[in-house]
Amino acid sequence: MSEYQVAQQKSPVFYDRYFRKDELQHQTHYCPGCGHGVAHKLIGEALAELGLQDRAIIVSPVGCSVFAYYYFDTGNVQAAHGRAPAVATALRRSNPESIVVSYQGDGDLAAIGTAEIIHAANRGENITVIFINNSIYGMTGGQMAPTTLIGQTSTTSPWGRRANNEGFPIHMAELLSALEAPVYIERVSLGDNKNILKARKAVRKALELQKQGAGFSMVEILSPCPTILKMDPVVARKFVNETLTKQFPLGVFRDRKPEITVVNPPQRSVAEVLGIKKETATAEEKAARKAFTHDVTMKIAGFGGQGVLLMGQLIAEMGMREHMEVSWLPSYGPEMRSGSAHCHVTLSHERIGSPLITKPQVLVAMNEISLRKFAPQMAQGGLILYNRDKVPEDFTLEGARVVCVPASEIADQIGSAKVANVVMLGALLEETECLPVETAWGVIKSFVKNEKLLAFNKEALEAGRKYVDEKVLVGACCQPDGCGY
Amino acid sequence: MRQLCKGNVAIVKAAITAGCRSYYGYPITPASEIAEYAALLIPQVGGTFLQAESEVAAINMVYGASSAGQRVMTGSSGPGLSLMQEGISYLAGAELPAVVVDVVRGGPGLGNIAPEQSDYFAVVKGGGHGNYRNIVLAPASVQDMYELTILAFELADKYRNPAVILTDGFVGQMMEPLEIEEREVKQPEKPWAVKGTAETRKNLITSIQLSADQLELHVRHLEAKYKECEKNEARYETYMADDAEILLVGYGIVSRVLRSTVDIARQHGMKLGLFRPISLWPYPSKALADTAKKCSKVMVVELSTGQMLEDVKLALNGTKPVDFYSRVGGNVPSAEEVHAEIFARMEALV
Ligand SMILES: Cc1ncc(C[n+]2csc(CCOP(=O)(O)OP(=O)(O)O)c2C)c(N)n1
Repeated sequence: MSEYQVAQQKSPVFYDRYFRKDELQHQTHYCPGCGHGVAHKLIGEALAELGLQDRAIIVSPVGCSVFAYYYFDTGNVQAAHGRAPAVATALRRSNPESIVVSYQGDGDLAAIGTAEIIHAANRGENITVIFINNSIYGMTGGQMAPTTLIGQTSTTSPWGRRANNEGFPIHMAELLSALEAPVYIERVSLGDNKNILKARKAVRKALELQKQGAGFSMVEILSPCPTILKMDPVVARKFVNETLTKQFPLGVFRDRKPEITVVNPPQRSVAEVLGIKKETATAEEKAARKAFTHDVTMKIAGFGGQGVLLMGQLIAEMGMREHMEVSWLPSYGPEMRSGSAHCHVTLSHERIGSPLITKPQVLVAMNEISLRKFAPQMAQGGLILYNRDKVPEDFTLEGARVVCVPASEIADQIGSAKVANVVMLGALLEETECLPVETAWGVIKSFVKNEKLLAFNKEALEAGRKYVDEKVLVGACCQPDGCGY
Repeated sequence: MRQLCKGNVAIVKAAITAGCRSYYGYPITPASEIAEYAALLIPQVGGTFLQAESEVAAINMVYGASSAGQRVMTGSSGPGLSLMQEGISYLAGAELPAVVVDVVRGGPGLGNIAPEQSDYFAVVKGGGHGNYRNIVLAPASVQDMYELTILAFELADKYRNPAVILTDGFVGQMMEPLEIEEREVKQPEKPWAVKGTAETRKNLITSIQLSADQLELHVRHLEAKYKECEKNEARYETYMADDAEILLVGYGIVSRVLRSTVDIARQHGMKLGLFRPISLWPYPSKALADTAKKCSKVMVVELSTGQMLEDVKLALNGTKPVDFYSRVGGNVPSAEEVHAEIFARMEALV
């Protein structure tokens, strides 16, 4: 080697030896005349010049450059086909000081990974994408790429790409330039030395912008693939410069910084965020409260908007504050959108088995549909609270009591239809005595912040209790008027 | 202290407790609250929440964050989980820890959003490609959602492998008291991570092993790791199993139903017991075989047409008759229903 004068050193960003294959430690796996090697060199040089080697992470794609990590002496992550921008997104966000390069082919970026590139660009991820457009799938042996030219043959476009069958070549630089967030997008070519020097500048600029934290940058590199295109390297370069550039014009498509208003979320301690407060009750105090509560299973049902889910939650919260075991299980999803909702609530002094209640001891029916639907499920000796002053004429039921409480009407008189559920809660507590009413008030106070609404709630809770006390006769059973013997 | 908490929310609180500061996800019922609460809470403790453009992107973001050394989580349900399978295979292949939550809904296809247990094969047997395993934990209560999520982070890091919380719409939507305290959760050093620093420059995250010998070596390494995990991490609980004539087996929400079935049956003088696998992989096969020794029959109840059933049969290896009862489509049997079914089947024998 001593007779040679080394004019230009290998970039220190490359390893001295490539351990991919024992017998080929001084050469890459790329074919003679392939553009990947040149593109690697441009990245390596730029990282070295900008002093970014330690901070750099190269995300290698699936494609011919899947082994990029054998060459770059940087942090390396290999990604699934098309997903490099998603992987790069999280790498960069996890370590904001890192410099992340998403290196991708045209199948990787413009076909299978279209969603990932568009959204990474649209979010303005602080990453640099090096996009190698060689108009063909290299690694898998020459299938059509989304960038393949009209009329260009490939193993999967045997008659040449036909616009009527495969559509037109896709222009990623132009497409991404239609987005707000990207700061720099340029298309360059590796077709001759002059263009390679331009490409060199573009790669450097993109990385420099990332170093400044400017945002998303992409350099689309038109690149020769002599082996697959069955051209000798010189012809392949010419193809890039003379044919590919006609379809994919070179130039800068985006070079500007968007206006971004930064909004930062408030910062709180872990305990605050998790809602952890100090426990005050002792074991004796907890045990003593047992006398004021008893086990019950309930179903609460009605129209969406009548607050049946919330009523269930209030009861579950009360049970919990009284140191019971509780469970609350809602109906959820489209079922709710159709207008009806229900929930299952269990209060128990023991560990709760199934939270699903099929034989409720208490049913709160806020409308007639719920009454008819769930009343037949009642446990023997159960209690139904019905939101009317009487049950429907044709309604009969054995084995359960119905107490009619016109909660909606009472709520209207109070001045807010919203508190019908709390009227019912008052009635339920008075009738079942499963939980102390002061606990209900405590829970309501912590749920309702609006002063006026809180006053309505207080009135509602009292009204429900009073109604049961004064208007409902002891031992009422199921008669059309709701309170006969 | 206790706070009334939804299952899905408990998962997010557990993640924060476990030091997870990265969440990448995509909305889907009945798992959306996980994304919604992660969006609300994780940024407030200085973390990253990002709604990805798809589950495909989300799981690859998880791959990126895990590569960078973060404790990271995503959550989804059936259709989304199917899309994540490639990424989960890559995580296992590259030996990256991550926690994935599957709040199972009805399938196949769009199915519906009601609870099922029909993702068992996809999650426990590994719906992605290649020789890998997920560590799979199945919570049955809100407290479980919290504890098992923390455990999932620990096991994922310990074995450098994805861990899945396999739960369903009921446990996800349910509210129960959550016992929660501030706790110190240790995170291991991750000297293998790629952080964009001088110390981690030498590191590489990849799942490609080009030569047959290299890949065999790697697969054998994973296999040995999975054997170790099988030895250490099988978890289960039993209820009244000691003197049971019929041993019920069910996980997740079904185990709750079966617990009530045991109570009802015992009131009627029928000796039922319950075996509840907590880890679905590794499956507590040995414990199940031991527990079943004294009973005359085992009955599996599942919200699928018989997925975990296969693991029960493998564990018992023909030593006991295995009966099966299932509901699907979003129907969850009541304790009374299961009891009546068992009773009817016994009648049929007489
Ligand atoms: C999900 C998935 N689908 C398909 C493949 C097979 N595959 C490997 S590389 C490749 C094409 C890559 O082409 P391109 O991105 O243009 O890169 P090049 O090889 O030309 O550099 C394909 C289809 C894969 N690895 N994964």
